[in-house]
Amino acid sequence: MAETLLSIEGLRKAYPGVVANDDVSFSIAPGEVHALLGENGAGKSTLVKMIYGLVRPDSGRMLMKGQPYEPATPHAARAAGVAMVFQHFSLFEALNVAENVALGMEDPPKQRELAARIREVSETYGLPLDPGRLVGDLSAGERQRVEIIRCLLQDPKLLIMDEPTSVLTPQEVDILFETLRKLQAEGTSILYISHKLEEIRTLCDGATILRLGKVVGTCDPKESSAREMAEMMVGQTLHTPSREEKPLGDVVLDLTALSLRSANPFGTSLKEIDLQVHAGEVLGIGGVAGNGQDELLAALSGEALSPAEAVKLNGQPVGQLGPNARRRLGLLAAPEERLGHAAAPDMSLTENALLTGAIREELVSNGFLKWPAAKSFAEKIIERFDVRTPGPANAARSLSGGNLQKFVVGREILQRPICLVVNQPTWGVDASAAAAIRQALLDLAAEGAALVVISQDLDELMEISDRFAALNEGRLSPTRPAKGLTVDEIGLMMGGAHDMEVAHVDA
Amino acid sequence: MIRLEKRPQPSRAWSYATPVLAVVITMIAGGILFAFLGKDPFLAIKTIFYDPLLGEFAWYYRGQLLVKAGPLILIAIGLSLGFRAGIWNIGAEGQYIMGAIFGAAVGLAFYPMEARWLIFPLMVIAGALGGFLWAMIPAILKTRFNTNEILVSLLLVYVAEQFLASMALGALRNPEGSGFPGSRNLQQYPAAANTELIAGTGMHWGVVAAFIAVIAAYVLLKRHMLGYQIRLTGESPRAARFAGVRPNLLIIFCMGISGALAGLAGLFEVAGPAGQISIDFNSGYGFTAIIVAFLGRLHPVGILLAGLLLALTYIGGEAAQANLGLPAAAIQAFQGMLLFFLLAVDVLTNYRIRLRRTEAA
Repeated sequence: MAETLLSIEGLRKAYPGVVANDDVSFSIAPGEVHALLGENGAGKSTLVKMIYGLVRPDSGRMLMKGQPYEPATPHAARAAGVAMVFQHFSLFEALNVAENVALGMEDPPKQRELAARIREVSETYGLPLDPGRLVGDLSAGERQRVEIIRCLLQDPKLLIMDEPTSVLTPQEVDILFETLRKLQAEGTSILYISHKLEEIRTLCDGATILRLGKVVGTCDPKESSAREMAEMMVGQTLHTPSREEKPLGDVVLDLTALSLRSANPFGTSLKEIDLQVHAGEVLGIGGVAGNGQDELLAALSGEALSPAEAVKLNGQPVGQLGPNARRRLGLLAAPEERLGHAAAPDMSLTENALLTGAIREELVSNGFLKWPAAKSFAEKIIERFDVRTPGPANAARSLSGGNLQKFVVGREILQRPICLVVNQPTWGVDASAAAAIRQALLDLAAEGAALVVISQDLDELMEISDRFAALNEGRLSPTRPAKGLTVDEIGLMMGGAHDMEVAHVDA
Repeated sequence: MIRLEKRPQPSRAWSYATPVLAVVITMIAGGILFAFLGKDPFLAIKTIFYDPLLGEFAWYYRGQLLVKAGPLILIAIGLSLGFRAGIWNIGAEGQYIMGAIFGAAVGLAFYPMEARWLIFPLMVIAGALGGFLWAMIPAILKTRFNTNEILVSLLLVYVAEQFLASMALGALRNPEGSGFPGSRNLQQYPAAANTELIAGTGMHWGVVAAFIAVIAAYVLLKRHMLGYQIRLTGESPRAARFAGVRPNLLIIFCMGISGALAGLAGLFEVAGPAGQISIDFNSGYGFTAIIVAFLGRLHPVGILLAGLLLALTYIGGEAAQANLGLPAAAIQAFQGMLLFFLLAVDVLTNYRIRLRRTEAA
């Protein structure tokens, strides 16, 4: 495969305040399935939008079969043989399959001819689909087939697929992979975007790994281990655990077969999560972003309700209780999104102190607010956690990310939780503030609280966790004591291979 | 090129200044509009804003001011609670009609009994209940089936109007009215009349209720958990959920309170200034109150002032129609401009304007 179909050289795209892609280069050979791998926000989407003519690069160049390739519009990209299946479909539910396909074509043939061609293509590639059915009646997997067939009718040389399996059932994934292999055998190249390592290992011939907009490595997924790829994606060597093992206290938080559909159609549903957290321990939950972290936090904070027995605090079923009832019992949470979830951007710090502190700090009597008490609670947080701000009357959005994070985590810690759940406690926080937050979390555990720390920072998790588990596509790996956990095992837990699949992964 | 730059914090000064600025711009644009209609713009503006307060016939207009402002303020206070939480009750006009029908029906049912101590309070309760129940239709449809409350509440206005007409022609028609549509005149039925409390001021029980509503809303928003939850939901629905706010309960509460206050306004109107249920009883208070709520920045004191201002444009507008021959549509356009400019200059509260040369994109 010496010849290349598409080669990308030094592509750069900056948006105000963030460089989405910086000096990105890679190439795809004809008939290659090439993976573009990276965490959420690594710059994958921007890159493919440039290839598909939706976004213009600031600098760098692309070559298609050796010729300069500068698509100004998706129209030009399609003319050059590039087709794309988006993560979010653009289909009209009230129209049937053939009508939808016709809408995307430059020069649509007659409906009957088109229906025949759709049937032909769908049979050739093993994508069962009836052109006469209404799109509104189709499953997500079938809708994706409509999009794929729409692309295949253009006879593309390069097919871009953006996270195609996020909406599919395992069976549908198998069908999709069969189709992609058939296309590959015919010489079509595929650029496959995902952060699911197992998929990439089974499907792709080459992989380019992006992190923070830059290419951090390339590998042959069939030769590399899940751990190596995970390491490249998150950008750090996985350190061995540093916490001493200690005897476990009583079980404080107990999750039994917790399953939860995500409220967001593109979110990750939680599947059969079992978990025990003991008094005085820190349980670290790792995993690549977007694998169910937000949903797990919502299920624990009480924003998402579950069967009562699925979540128990000190043996008491709390699955049906809302956030305030759980706070009353001592189950507190600090979400990842600081502005708009953990704090209201335009409200003052005093008002934000009230947001979660109203009950445990007794800032309300008979429904009336005690503003002086709320203000002194806010001042206490500001002082104890060294939040840099002129005072509690300032709006939350005027604080820097790190300072607001200290405020949000501090607000929960000062309420003396029995069990505290934090998502990304030090994301975007400078090193010294991060260390202070981690120390505060450890102190809280030392006082006997049970802690669940969800994070993408594996160093952080290894530093503070007593036990460790990983979320992957909404499933939680078995929990292991953090001490004695080998680097390979961590990589496997994150990469999607559960215990039963260890056999065919080389260490 | 003009660029907008987001302020780190909303500007306090501008949030007070924008309503004043909007009024001034409206006067200018309205003046231009009146000039195009061939009227003297300065005279028109003076007729609308100055004469009713300090002109020759001000003694007559001043009483009208409270009569008009009372229902506007009462309805707008209720609406503002929902608007703050992002719950859009656009159908206050319908709730106003239903309150009037419920209240009047109770009053007429007792005719000609003279126990005012019993009848008038019952009418007040029935009025509030009528508006409340009418507002519960969009509220429950929204919480149960996730329908859009804007659409449902708005369309129910037209249902209420039809109901009003059928009541005026049917069940509530004055048996001694020689077949003319319209109910008995409640003003002439002392046990049910909402009379002027101080002669010549226009002060009636509806105005009293409006002032009480202003104070209660102020306390609710400043000092009560429920008010905090309303504000939090409007600021950031996700943070509100995290803070334990139950969105459905809040929808029921906000729709219910705005419906009840609109119903009260309708009752005080039908038992007072209007006097009777008639086919064209409603005169758009429920819609104008939306302008009042926004003009007052959804703040109780602001709404009080905005209600008085809008009432002034109503009265002044009528005077301008009568004295200068301005068409009614021009006055309505003038009131619409007020809301338009208010929303337009509102951007200054959160953004600052920077003049800058165009940069290469």
